[in-house]
Amino acid sequence: MRLRLILRRLAFLLMVVWAASTITFFVPRLSNRNPIRERFAELSRTGGFAAADLEVIVASYNKKFGLDKPLLQQYTDYIGSIARFDLGVSLSRFPMTVTQIIYNSLPWTISLLFVSAILSFLIGNLLGAVAAWPRSPGWLRAVATPFIMFTGVPPVLLAIFLLFFLAFKLKLFPLGQAYSTGTAPDWSFRFVLDIMWHQVLPAISMILGSVGGWVLSMRGMGITIQGEDYVNFAEHKGLDGRTIFRNYYLRNALLPQVTGFALALGSLITSGAVVEGLYALPGLGSKLGEAIRANDFMVIYGIVLFITMSVATLMVLVEFLYPFLDPRIKQE
Amino acid sequence: MTTLTTTAPPIQPSRLKLFGGYLRRNKSLGYGLGILLFLILFTGIGFFQIKPKNAYPLAVRPKQPPGILDFSAKDWPGKYPMGSDFFGRDMHAVMVTGMWQTALIGVLAGAAGTLIGVILGFTSAYFGGVFDMIIKGICQILTPIPVFMIQIIIASSLDKRDVTIFTMAWIVVMLAWMGPTLVIRSQVLSMKERQFVAVAKLSGVGNGGIIFGEILPNLLPFIAAAFVSQVFGSVFASFYLAIVGLGPLREPLLGNIIWGAQSQGAFFNGWWWWPIWPATAMVLILSSLALINMGLDELANPRVRRTE
Repeated sequence: MRLRLILRRLAFLLMVVWAASTITFFVPRLSNRNPIRERFAELSRTGGFAAADLEVIVASYNKKFGLDKPLLQQYTDYIGSIARFDLGVSLSRFPMTVTQIIYNSLPWTISLLFVSAILSFLIGNLLGAVAAWPRSPGWLRAVATPFIMFTGVPPVLLAIFLLFFLAFKLKLFPLGQAYSTGTAPDWSFRFVLDIMWHQVLPAISMILGSVGGWVLSMRGMGITIQGEDYVNFAEHKGLDGRTIFRNYYLRNALLPQVTGFALALGSLITSGAVVEGLYALPGLGSKLGEAIRANDFMVIYGIVLFITMSVATLMVLVEFLYPFLDPRIKQE
Repeated sequence: MTTLTTTAPPIQPSRLKLFGGYLRRNKSLGYGLGILLFLILFTGIGFFQIKPKNAYPLAVRPKQPPGILDFSAKDWPGKYPMGSDFFGRDMHAVMVTGMWQTALIGVLAGAAGTLIGVILGFTSAYFGGVFDMIIKGICQILTPIPVFMIQIIIASSLDKRDVTIFTMAWIVVMLAWMGPTLVIRSQVLSMKERQFVAVAKLSGVGNGGIIFGEILPNLLPFIAAAFVSQVFGSVFASFYLAIVGLGPLREPLLGNIIWGAQSQGAFFNGWWWWPIWPATAMVLILSSLALINMGLDELANPRVRRTE
């Protein structure tokens, strides 16, 4: 039974990836923009070769990228190359492949997103659970309220205000970039510390932006669970509050939150990409912004497809975690 | 929304008083509407104070600090109360025009998305069958795909010169109908099993009569909530698109302003007011919409009230 479930989820994942790559293939071809022509038109404006040669160059490049073949064959070629994880070459940094660009910038994105996603999930759910727990002290419950106020505010806007107050006015933190200018990247302790120092503000803005949502949903969940019979039973049995909180209340309230985590991944990664761009960290988001500025279509499509695929894959992975968290699912 | 609050009591105080009383109980709706009113007043009064031309580049002297903070000046708040940016735009004019444009995108895309959602959700839930399966399938497959990424693809395939406020709205709508479709679909599914629908059917009311006479009036609070959350989503989406540089670059849309400020290194150069005004406005717009949304949720779904 488990195997069938896994196979079904994998088939769904394949469908999602196929849908995403089909959209990234057909939407650009519906428009009249030709990435190669635009790129070379830009080059010819800045000088470098005569404008008359433009058509010849464009035609030869169309041939090289297979853009002169019939549409259906282009499509099958494209799907095939995605299956081999070949996302094409960058137009603005020509010999570099898109996969290489993603590979270089991925560590920055992962470190920021991993830290902020885990921390906001933990902080938010704990605060929400405490806020709904009738026996918790009043001041602890009041802590949750300011976070709820940030619920509707996207992390990018928080990032702007943090930059203004903490970095620009008080000069406590750097104004962006991945590490201090003038230092050379190496693996020394000081340099690693410098990198982490530059990651603090982006991480705080990501965390502040997403904690409120967790607090709200966890508080609602906690209130529902308090009325459940097994919690009442545990109380009448005379179990101490800490045990009830941890084993009866928190554990059961957390389960739906894990589903919520899977659903929130998409918006989390999206916000992460934009926040990265704002702080000029060399992650995927900044590369996406640069590519948009430079009309580097291959990189735009490659990064978009990569992010889409990773979100879908992570969602399915989180679903596979359920049986480990909830023994009831295993028996089905 | 006033009509809903006036149903219960037999002796009617004035509607306004009842509405005020309701707002005192439903705090999030009250605060949300309050912020919205402030924003409307700001843009409304602002229209008479600014020249619309000054919201575009090369209109005024660039890089002027906001005069509203310079209290010692004789002509306070000065010629540029909110300062001017690197490209020579008067920030006050930019904010008034930009907020208006942001609202336009939000309302247009929100209305269109809700309409599509209501129609699709209704037909798929009411008639069921193959159509329902297709709609549900499309929604399920598209859900794990981060909508913003697909919007980037669509927006970057367009020629930058063609992008206007209206194209922005359409880009957002194209991928924003799934949410309301699913909400309306589930509501209609539960509603068509209720007894009053069965009674109507037995008394010989046709499909059209049941949809428009029986189900739709009961759905109105949900549709209103879906509309507000749709406006929120559209403002959010167009802001993200603009902040990565895919907006209509000439227009003083709030996201565009922040994008411009960021590409010119506004904080590095000390022009802090350039990104801060649009960011503040965006925070106000989004939180007012989020608060109204929460309030409407409470109105449409009284069960939420318990969780306070």
